[in-house]
Amino acid sequence: MNKVSIIIRREYTTRVKKKSFIIMTLLAPLFMAAMFIIPVWVMTRKDTDEKTIAVIEDGTEMFKGKIPGTKYLKFEYLENVNLQEIKGNFGELGYYGILHISPKVTYLPSAIQLLSHKQPPLDITGHISNAIEKEIERIKLLTYDIEDLDEILKEIDTDVKIQTIKISDTGEEKETSTGIAMGLAYISGILIYMLTFIFGAQVMRGVIEEKTSRIVEIIISSIKPFQLMMGKIIGIALVGLTQFFFWILITFIIISIAKSVLIPDISAITEQPLTENILSSSPVGQTQVSEIQEMTEIQEIFSTLGNIPWLTIIFSFIFYFLGGYLLYASLFASVGAAVDNETDTQQFMMPITIPLLIGLFVAMGAFQNPESSIVFWFSLIPLTSPIVMMARIPFGVPFWELGLSMILLILTFIGTTWLAAKIYRTGILLYGKKPSYKEIWKWLRYKN
Amino acid sequence: MELFKAQHIVKQFANHLALDQITVSVPEGSIYGLLGPNGAGKTTLIRIINQITAPDSGELFFKGNKLKSDDIYDIGYLPEERGLYRKMKVGEQSVYLARLKGLSRQDALKKLKVWFEKFEIEAWWDKKVEELSKGMQQKVQFIITVLHEPKLLIFDEPFTGFDPINVKILKKEILKLKDQGATIIFSTHDMGSVEELCSHITLINKARTLLEGNIDEIRKRYASNEYEIGFEGEANLLRATLSSQYKILEHKKVNGQSIVRIKFQDSFSTNDILKSLLQSGKIVSFNEIVPGMNDIFIRVVQEEKTTKRT
Repeated sequence: MNKVSIIIRREYTTRVKKKSFIIMTLLAPLFMAAMFIIPVWVMTRKDTDEKTIAVIEDGTEMFKGKIPGTKYLKFEYLENVNLQEIKGNFGELGYYGILHISPKVTYLPSAIQLLSHKQPPLDITGHISNAIEKEIERIKLLTYDIEDLDEILKEIDTDVKIQTIKISDTGEEKETSTGIAMGLAYISGILIYMLTFIFGAQVMRGVIEEKTSRIVEIIISSIKPFQLMMGKIIGIALVGLTQFFFWILITFIIISIAKSVLIPDISAITEQPLTENILSSSPVGQTQVSEIQEMTEIQEIFSTLGNIPWLTIIFSFIFYFLGGYLLYASLFASVGAAVDNETDTQQFMMPITIPLLIGLFVAMGAFQNPESSIVFWFSLIPLTSPIVMMARIPFGVPFWELGLSMILLILTFIGTTWLAAKIYRTGILLYGKKPSYKEIWKWLRYKN
Repeated sequence: MELFKAQHIVKQFANHLALDQITVSVPEGSIYGLLGPNGAGKTTLIRIINQITAPDSGELFFKGNKLKSDDIYDIGYLPEERGLYRKMKVGEQSVYLARLKGLSRQDALKKLKVWFEKFEIEAWWDKKVEELSKGMQQKVQFIITVLHEPKLLIFDEPFTGFDPINVKILKKEILKLKDQGATIIFSTHDMGSVEELCSHITLINKARTLLEGNIDEIRKRYASNEYEIGFEGEANLLRATLSSQYKILEHKKVNGQSIVRIKFQDSFSTNDILKSLLQSGKIVSFNEIVPGMNDIFIRVVQEEKTTKRT
């Protein structure tokens, strides 16, 4: 055991001291943090290009002045202009697009067209359809002869945002956001896939290095091949954990800095009585309402970030990273032992790459539908479970499934290590010829 | 008393028999040569002694007891295919490999310092291995092999890749290790160094032992009663005196001296020969021709070939 720890220490220190390790450790969290921060940042920064949209109606004047402009979006009502006249040159006239409304709009929903050179963003089309819907509703309501209709409409105007709340088996309520859960599932699934490959390949390269530099025979005259292999695998696992630890630490530091920069005085705004703002119809009040809405959206993101079961996720991430890595690392090691140089590895990489890829594809499906049966089964099968289960966890997984999947993973890892060790100890001492699968099968049956 | 003994070792690989009933016994304090053509099974035997691979059958004894896994601390091994981590520093790497052989960090550092001074390579301590020449790397490997002062040292082709000066240094060190009580097994193709260093040998060919034992005894066994006589005088006179008792194999004149190689009948003693020779001229030299290991090697291996064919 003492000797394995000497091996582990060497494998660990030589890698941690490398420049590439330090760079990767520092840069990766910046990307990770960027994935969280950029969406928030984009949300706080509205499109500041002022856009003007020309509104044309065929004959009627139903919507004149009925589509309100915003800070960056203006509507210009063109009277007595034919669509065909302006269609060719609206860009030169300074219009972002033409909104063409047919009189049939009251009974034919598709009677509105927005012509533009660029794909209009969702908030523009949303804004327009909202306004038109409201106006049509108002027109329809008018036919009922209701007194003070405008007043009533203003009063009943409400904005609703759905909060999804997940109730656990114990009845605990947690505010969740499927968007964030999906993002997390996506990131952790892909991370496990990438890390298994990156660190598995490191094991393989380490074995090839020892074999081609011919130091392996010196080492295994002091210790058993199995000890060397395990020492290498564990050493590199610790490198991975070290990296992971710094990633989490740095990411959290960056996010918390970003949080304080992006929403500095949210409390100051919300402290004002909301009702007052809503009741006053002054333009100042209205912009403030929308500002508050934006701010509360950002705040919600951070508050759901806080509600996500980070501990469970981090614990299971570490477990599945280790489990998946250990399962594959020994296979990687045996591939490294079977060949003489890295270019020869291709032929033996297939059985390793395929289950990992399948895992990734199934995990992709899990982001959409985490409860489907294919996702369920692949999150139990050990060759794919690390990736697929990680993609499920942010959505919540029953305890027994998690436990079963973990136990299966551990058992399989022991099995593959046992097999790989047999290939490894024969392979590392054979030079010169590239073995076939048939030959490797023979190695598996050697006694010693 | 043997330090190491291997009995009836058999090792079968997928497609060929590597060792067939090999028996070797290495006396304590000896330098034991492991000879044989390429592919004879030497490296397999050495790997078995080092417990890198296990034999299919046969028994191994070390210091009188069955070889056990802890014995590796008492064995130092310099493989034929040897290397070091290219990106690792020489000193760091030496300490690492010494620790795998059971030395503590402090002991390893202390001993390495002595050896690095002896080989005058202290300046390499902080260099990466890839900056060293092959010969330099081999010096480091040699030090790593002997550092933990093992009872049994195994060198597989130790001299290949060294220049003559370093070969000389290395041979001196090997002999010094022997004087300090180590037993040494080494495999080589260089018969000169076998004669120079070895007290015992075993010759393996195609997985089987052809010769085993004390090198002097083996050479005597292959001696063929040939003598080389150098003398001043008439060769014809000599021929006349002894014609019935010897056969002249070769006769040449060098710087006015006659040099004659003769083969005697078995019954003759050297004193008888000398007595009769004294009458025929002035004798300058008289040597028994003992075959070199090179000749014995070639002869034995080729004989084996021809007997196999017939």
